[in-house]
Amino acid sequence: MRVAIAEDSVLLRKGLTLLLQEAGHEVVATAGEGESFLRAVADTRPDACVVDVRMPPTFTDEGLRAAILVRDQWPDVGVLVLSQWVEERYATELIAGRPHGVGYLLKDRVADVAEFLDALNRVATGGSALDPEVVAQLLARSRHPLGDLSPREREVLALMAEGRSNGAIAVALVGPGAVEKHINSIFTRLGLAPAERDHRRVLAVLTYLGTS
Amino acid sequence: MSLLRGLVSARTWLAFTHHVAGLVLAIVSFTLVVTGLALGVGLLPLALAGLPVLGLTTRFADGFAAVERARFALLLGAEFTAWPADPDRTYRALVIPRRRTLFGRATWGRQAYAMLRLPVSCVTVTLTQAFWAVGVTLLTLPLYWRHLPPGGPSVNGNLLITGAGVTPALWASGIIGLILLLAAPPLTRGLAAADAALARGLLSPPRGAALKARVTQLEVSRERVVDAAGAERRRIERDLHDGAQQRLVALAMELGRAKAKLADDDAAAALVDQAHTHAKAALAELRDLVRGVHPPVLTDRGLDAALSGLAARCPVPVDLQVDVPVRPRPAVEAVAYFTVAEALTNVAKHSRATHVRVIVDGGPAPAGTLNLVISDDGIGGADPSSAGLRGLADRIEGIDGALSVESPPGGPTIISAVIPCA
Repeated sequence: MRVAIAEDSVLLRKGLTLLLQEAGHEVVATAGEGESFLRAVADTRPDACVVDVRMPPTFTDEGLRAAILVRDQWPDVGVLVLSQWVEERYATELIAGRPHGVGYLLKDRVADVAEFLDALNRVATGGSALDPEVVAQLLARSRHPLGDLSPREREVLALMAEGRSNGAIAVALVGPGAVEKHINSIFTRLGLAPAERDHRRVLAVLTYLGTS
Repeated sequence: MSLLRGLVSARTWLAFTHHVAGLVLAIVSFTLVVTGLALGVGLLPLALAGLPVLGLTTRFADGFAAVERARFALLLGAEFTAWPADPDRTYRALVIPRRRTLFGRATWGRQAYAMLRLPVSCVTVTLTQAFWAVGVTLLTLPLYWRHLPPGGPSVNGNLLITGAGVTPALWASGIIGLILLLAAPPLTRGLAAADAALARGLLSPPRGAALKARVTQLEVSRERVVDAAGAERRRIERDLHDGAQQRLVALAMELGRAKAKLADDDAAAALVDQAHTHAKAALAELRDLVRGVHPPVLTDRGLDAALSGLAARCPVPVDLQVDVPVRPRPAVEAVAYFTVAEALTNVAKHSRATHVRVIVDGGPAPAGTLNLVISDDGIGGADPSSAGLRGLADRIEGIDGALSVESPPGGPTIISAVIPCA
């Protein structure tokens, strides 16, 4: 996979580059601020990019804005946004209407190498990756009642909202058959139309939670 | 006797010195201030070239007032308060005075004083000198009148004393001289007192005005302290973000990579695994700490987004309504945020509530306020004098807001705050 990195901390930029190279990916561009990052994406057209939210010159949300630009301009480039803190509002802005090929994770998650690479892979292939903390916030701030769901169904819903596939949910929680059963039950109880493909389900769930 | 004592008392002669010194200073102050004002006003039409001249004149009158206050205190023992110093002591304010400085009561009082000093001193010095000099001259006339040019004292060639009138005239002259001389000390001191009253009227603020000025000064400095504290919190947040947090992420990431490579070697893998867990826990703790110092999303997106995240992290379901169309200044936003944060922490810890409602509305407008209401359906009994609520009240009152806590035993608890946004 060809990856571009936008991160202003030299230490982390080097670390991420090594991590991705060790996993067999190619780092095609690195940048320390939003504008040069956008130029690099336009030039190299990577499969995915990893973007820090807070970068020069204003150190507020230029990474997020750059990520949204990439999402809109090059829909086939996956964007994984990393941040020292996660906010439900930023997630809403990032996935507004189209949670495909985007991800939003706490920076800490890069420490869990396998999970991080899995998230990046999902994003690169048009899926989504939302941090469990964001999902917890979304569930808490949901516009609709979730009271009808059983605790296990809530767990499954949370993993779906994170962008996990059936297989991953099965590994995390229950056996394969049970996953299908839970998901069907959730869709019935929340009054959502059943959807086969993973990312259509994520859209349904996020829409229901009120992010788009 | 007291009249005689007046002739030699220190107070009399200090007052005398005061009058003479005043005249000397008056010549300098009058010349400089009148020239400065005339030149300054005259040059104003020339692209405001007169402004620096007026500024310097103002500064001079200010300095002169200080000298005069010291002189009155030293020679007459008359102490009076000065106007509070202009906080704006920059180089720019020196050369180009601010409007309120130019037209302020303090400024025109000082300049009027600097100019009035000359005529007033002329009168006081003339009067005191006349009493002392004429008194001594007349009183001692009998001693020396024979040595005057032929015929005794004369005015325009007309002899004042002739023939048989000599003795009564000498007596009269001696008595008038004595009266003048005895009157000279009270006159000298009286004029000095009148002088001091004039100076006090022009150089020191009227009662009440001093208090008002002090209140304004305190308000300004308090606002500055609050803003500085807020800026400091934001700086600490950013330093942590750029420093410790980045390094910890890098550390955790490297431990993660090491873990992946060490899968075979049990003992080392376990150690690295443990270090990895610790690094991640440290990151989480640091993140909570940073959020308590200053939540970055508050600066980036404002109250609505920051409170939304806060509500989402609260274990008790929160119904949040934020209607703040215009963002208030950072100090107000920060206080509002931490008020809701503290209230929600209390709800989660003590209230046993099942539901919280947070309503925030208002915002910047002429005389606008930001209004917060946090109500829960818990057991009540919150203590307004507890450390958390007391600290909150202090912080809100620090920007002129007010906090109210209603929490009867059995509930419900309603915490409300009104914060002026001006």
